[in-house]
Amino acid sequence: MKAFDVIRFSFRAATGFRTRTLLILLAMAIGVGAVILLTAMGEGARRYVTREFTSLGTHLLVIFPGRSETTGGPPPLLGETPRDLTLDDALSLKRSSAIRRVAPIALGSAPVSWRQRSREVTIMGSTAALFEIRQLSMAQGQFLPAGNPSLPAAVCVLGYKVKSELFGNTSPLGKWLRIGGRRFRVIGVLTPRGQSLGMDMGDLAIVPVASAQALFNTSSLFRIMIQASGRDSVLIAKKAILGIIRDRHEGEDDVTVITQDALLSTFDRIFTALTLTVAGIAAISLAVAGILIMNVMMISVSQRTTEIGLMKAIGASGGQVLRLFLCESAVLSAIGAMLGVMLSLIGTWTSLRLYPDFPVMIPWWSVMAAIGVGMLTGLIFGVLPARRAAGLEPVDALSRR
Amino acid sequence: MIELQGIHRKFQVGNEAVHALQDVDLSVQPGGYLAVMGPSGSGKSTLLNIIGLLDRPNKGLYLLDEQDTTELNDRQQALVRRHKIGFVFQFFHLVPRLTAAENVELPLILAGFEADKREQRVQQALTALGIADRARHRPDQLSGGQRQRVAIARATIMRPGIILADEPTGNLDRSSGKEVIDILEHLNQQGMTLIMVTHDPELGGRAARRIQMLDGYIQSDTARKHEGI
Ligand SMILES: Nc1ncnc2c1ncn2[C@@H]1O[C@H](COP(=O)(O)OP(=O)(O)O)[C@@H](O)[C@H]1O
Ligand SMILES: [Mg+2]
Repeated sequence: MKAFDVIRFSFRAATGFRTRTLLILLAMAIGVGAVILLTAMGEGARRYVTREFTSLGTHLLVIFPGRSETTGGPPPLLGETPRDLTLDDALSLKRSSAIRRVAPIALGSAPVSWRQRSREVTIMGSTAALFEIRQLSMAQGQFLPAGNPSLPAAVCVLGYKVKSELFGNTSPLGKWLRIGGRRFRVIGVLTPRGQSLGMDMGDLAIVPVASAQALFNTSSLFRIMIQASGRDSVLIAKKAILGIIRDRHEGEDDVTVITQDALLSTFDRIFTALTLTVAGIAAISLAVAGILIMNVMMISVSQRTTEIGLMKAIGASGGQVLRLFLCESAVLSAIGAMLGVMLSLIGTWTSLRLYPDFPVMIPWWSVMAAIGVGMLTGLIFGVLPARRAAGLEPVDALSRR
Repeated sequence: MIELQGIHRKFQVGNEAVHALQDVDLSVQPGGYLAVMGPSGSGKSTLLNIIGLLDRPNKGLYLLDEQDTTELNDRQQALVRRHKIGFVFQFFHLVPRLTAAENVELPLILAGFEADKREQRVQQALTALGIADRARHRPDQLSGGQRQRVAIARATIMRPGIILADEPTGNLDRSSGKEVIDILEHLNQQGMTLIMVTHDPELGGRAARRIQMLDGYIQSDTARKHEGI
C-alpha cells in the first residue's frame, strides 16, 4: 500500500463523515489556535518591554548611590551610611576609555511659574550628554548647551506637557520663567515621547545639574547615567566605574551599577518563562482535543466495523488497517492544526488592529510546536481506536450489518 | 486445490457450545463448481469463511495449494486472501462513500499497484461486467444487481483462483439474480474455482457438484455419491 494512497483514503474517509470530521477539526483548531495565540501575546509582552528598554538608549549603565542589597558581601558596619554620589564623582568617570558619555542626574520637585500660571513640576538637573544618552529629540529650540557642568546657568528645557500647560500655544523660547524662586530662560521643548519606564519625559523641566543642585541646596546626585563606548565595553565600563568610585570613596564599594543589558536579559528571561507557561496551560486544550479525537475515532471504528471486515476480506492485514486509521486521525489533526494557525493569525491581526502599541507576534517556534504537538496528539490518541480496528475479527465484523 | 480434513468450528454462546461445523472433510479441485446447500444455521457460511481464511477452525487441517493455512500469521493470511480468494457477499459490502470504481480499486490499492495500472484494470473489469457507465456512481445510486456486479468486479480484480459467494442472489430479484449467476458461471468457465452458498435448489442444480449440510455436518456430496456408485 503506497503512502499517498493511504493519505488519499484517509482524506476520503474524512470528507465522507462530515459531522465527525468537523468536530475533530474544531477541537484541534481551538487547541492549536489557543497555544499559538497565547504564545503570541506572551511574545508581544516581551517585545513591548524590550522596546521600552531600548528606547532608553543603548549600552546604558546606571549608577545608584548605596550598595545593592542583593549583591551579598559583608553586612554594613554600625552607623555606616553610604556616601553620596557627587558631581565630581560623575566627572571623574570620563577618565575611562570604555565610557563614552556621562550624564549626572539630580532630581527634585519645585513650583514652576510663568506670569499667573504655576505648577509643581519634577526638575531634573543634568548635562548636555543626557540628550544623546536618552536619545531625546527637540520639538523647539535646543537642549542644554555643552559647557562646564560645575557651573550653573539660568537656562531650562521643558517637557511638552509642562510647556503646553504653562504657555498654551505661545512659543516659550526666550521667555523667562521662575523655578523655585529663581529665573530661568526657556531654550527648548522636548518632543512628546510618552512614558518610558515610569519617568514621564513630558512632565518635567531640565536645567543644568549645577543649577539644580543649587536649587535644592544639595551636592548629591540622584543617579548617574553612563553610555559605554560600545556593546563590548559595557562590562569593562562597569568595572572601571566601580574602581574609580572605590578610589574616590576611600575603598568603599558603596554604589550599585546596573547595566541595561543585564536588566534586559532578566526581563527577557522572565517573559520567555511566562510565555512558555501560558503556552503550557493552553496545551491542556490540546490534550482535551486529543481525548475528543480518541472518542470520535472509537465511534467511527464501531460505525465502520463492516467496512473494516470487508477490507480484511479483500486482503488488508491488521497492520494496513492500523495504518489507515492512524493516518486518518493524523490527517484530521493536521488539517485542524492548520485551521488553528489560521485562527491565531486572524486573532493577532485583530489584536494589532485594536491595540497597535502592543506588538503581539507569533514566534515561528510556537507554530512549529503547536502543529507538531497537535499532530502528535492526533496520532497518540488515534492509536487506541486504530488498534481496535486492526484487531477486529473479519467474520465478526462482516456478520454485523 | 482446497483440502479440509476433520474441520471443527465451535462457537460459545453463553454456557452453550454451538457446533457450527463438525468433522468436515472436503476437497475441491481447481476450476471446480461447488454449490453448498442446506437449511439456515447448518454451517454453510461458517464453512465458506474458513475456506476464505476469514475464520479459523478450532480443530482440523486446512491445506490451500498444499500449504497448511493454520501456520500462517495475520499478514500472510491477508496476502492469501488478497491474491488467491475473492469474496462475494449477500449484502454486497460496498464502501458507501466510495464510487463503484473506487470500490473495485481497493484491493489493488492494498496490493500497492501504481495508479495508472489500477485505472486500466478497473476500467477493464467494469467494462467486462457491463457497468462501465456506472463507474462514478456511489453504491446508493446503483440497483441491487449493479451493486453485486461491482462486488464481483472487486472480488476478481486481483484475478484470484477461487471465488467464494455466500448467497450472492439472496438480496436480488429473480432476473438480476440470474444475471449474477451467469457472470459467476462465466468466471468459472474461465478457470476460477467457484464455491457458492445457495438456498435455491434450482440454482444449486446448475452446479457440477453439490453438498448438502445439516447441523454442521456434510450430509451428502454429489461427488461422493458418484464415487459410491
Ligand atoms: N459468531 C458466531 N457466534 C455464535 N454463533 C455463531 C456465530 N456464527 C455462526 N454461529 C452459529 O453457527 C451456526 C452456523 O451458522 P452459519 O454458518 O452462519 O449457518 P448458515 O450460513 O448455514 O445459515 C448457527 O447455529 C449460528 O447461530
Ligand atoms: Mg449463512
